[in-house]
Amino acid sequence: MSDLSASKVGKLKGWTRNQMAALAAADIADGSYVNLGIGIPELIAHHIPPDREIVLHTENGLLGMGPAPDPQAVDPDLINAGKKPVTTLPGASFFHHADSFAMIRGGHLDLCVLGALEVAANGGLANWSTGATDAVPAVGGAMDLVSGVKAVHILTSHCTKEGSPKLVERCTRPLTGKGVVNRVYTDLAIFDIGAAGFDLVCLAPGVDFSDVIERTAAPVNDIRPKDERTWT
Amino acid sequence: MIDKRVADLAYAVADIADRSTIMVGGFGEAGSPVELIHALIDQGAAELTVISNNTGSGDFGLAALIGARRVAKVVCSYPRSAGSTVFSDLYRAGLIELELVPQGTLAERIRAGGAGIAAFYTPTGVATALAEGKEQRVFDGQPYLLERALTADVALIKARAADWHGNLVYNKTARNFSPLMAAAASTTIVEATAVDAPGTLDPETVVTPGIFVDRVVQVADFAYEPVLAAQ
Repeated sequence: MSDLSASKVGKLKGWTRNQMAALAAADIADGSYVNLGIGIPELIAHHIPPDREIVLHTENGLLGMGPAPDPQAVDPDLINAGKKPVTTLPGASFFHHADSFAMIRGGHLDLCVLGALEVAANGGLANWSTGATDAVPAVGGAMDLVSGVKAVHILTSHCTKEGSPKLVERCTRPLTGKGVVNRVYTDLAIFDIGAAGFDLVCLAPGVDFSDVIERTAAPVNDIRPKDERTWT
Repeated sequence: MIDKRVADLAYAVADIADRSTIMVGGFGEAGSPVELIHALIDQGAAELTVISNNTGSGDFGLAALIGARRVAKVVCSYPRSAGSTVFSDLYRAGLIELELVPQGTLAERIRAGGAGIAAFYTPTGVATALAEGKEQRVFDGQPYLLERALTADVALIKARAADWHGNLVYNKTARNFSPLMAAAASTTIVEATAVDAPGTLDPETVVTPGIFVDRVVQVADFAYEPVLAAQ
């Protein structure tokens, strides 16, 4: 455990955003109903393994969301939660907001993948507000998603742009939900939320366990089988 | 005989009073009743409370209503949008009130309002800043927050097609909050490009039954941000 500042630890190459998205996509089971948050999680849609059928949900009223249309085929009435143009896939359905959040809150969605400002070692998530006093607060559907969806995975850079750890003992930013996160994909490693901190699942190529310890402000447990600990 | 058609936009919104609570359909641009909002701006009602997911884009529609200083309070989940600082400027200056509501809680509060449910318990927001001041209760070992229903004097709705009875169908993700708002408002006013005689909509596909709708006004074509921005 360490909270060394950026000045003391260098930047590691790790995984690219697309590699992170591909790793997260590889963990999504065939037949899953999934909500992807705005930002890096949106990249997951491009990395779904071709042998799996995953139904994407967007909280503004669509199951079976497809990729962005060609510019000439944009329909302003067909958008995702980030208000970007999308398409429908065969088998898609439209519904109103109360039904959409019944899917979310009622535990009908298998997984949501969200971004984060901070993830706590006890599964707490902060991703809706920096807590800055001059910021206009905006929450959208984040609190509903973490309270209702069966599993919550986080896709985020390991540290902030300034080099501060995003994986922390306790969230200092306003909470989105308490004890809600199951798994975290960063550019340096994959973690499960364990009983006593972040459980290391695997490391990015060229990243050592000590690199992760230095950049994480919470306990990290190396739970990998001994024969996998040199695998990168 | 039931015929909810009204002659024009100005007539449709003529009796909206100052200090009314207005639900405005739409998620971003999709489903935003831009023509009705501009008719309301022209009508002049002020000190309004607006219930809507967002606070408008650019400088038209909801952003224009807010920018014209007709709105005292906004109840919404996401009062930020690319390309519009109308709300945030007023908010930072202390000139507009905000009640921030998680999106699913907002939808369910409106649904409850239309369904005669006074309040409900939801797990959303437990242990967060948005739980402050709300009753918390444990059911089956899980904590929930008490949330009150929302109703309104008026709902402004955009539909793809309507009949004279007020039966509505929507277009794709432009449906969003509108069916909930139609039920939750005392007076529901709809703009639609197609308004036809009863019998033209397949009853099996009607999304909002006409009982929830009071006025229907036909509009020539929907104005969208790219169109308006070009003007």
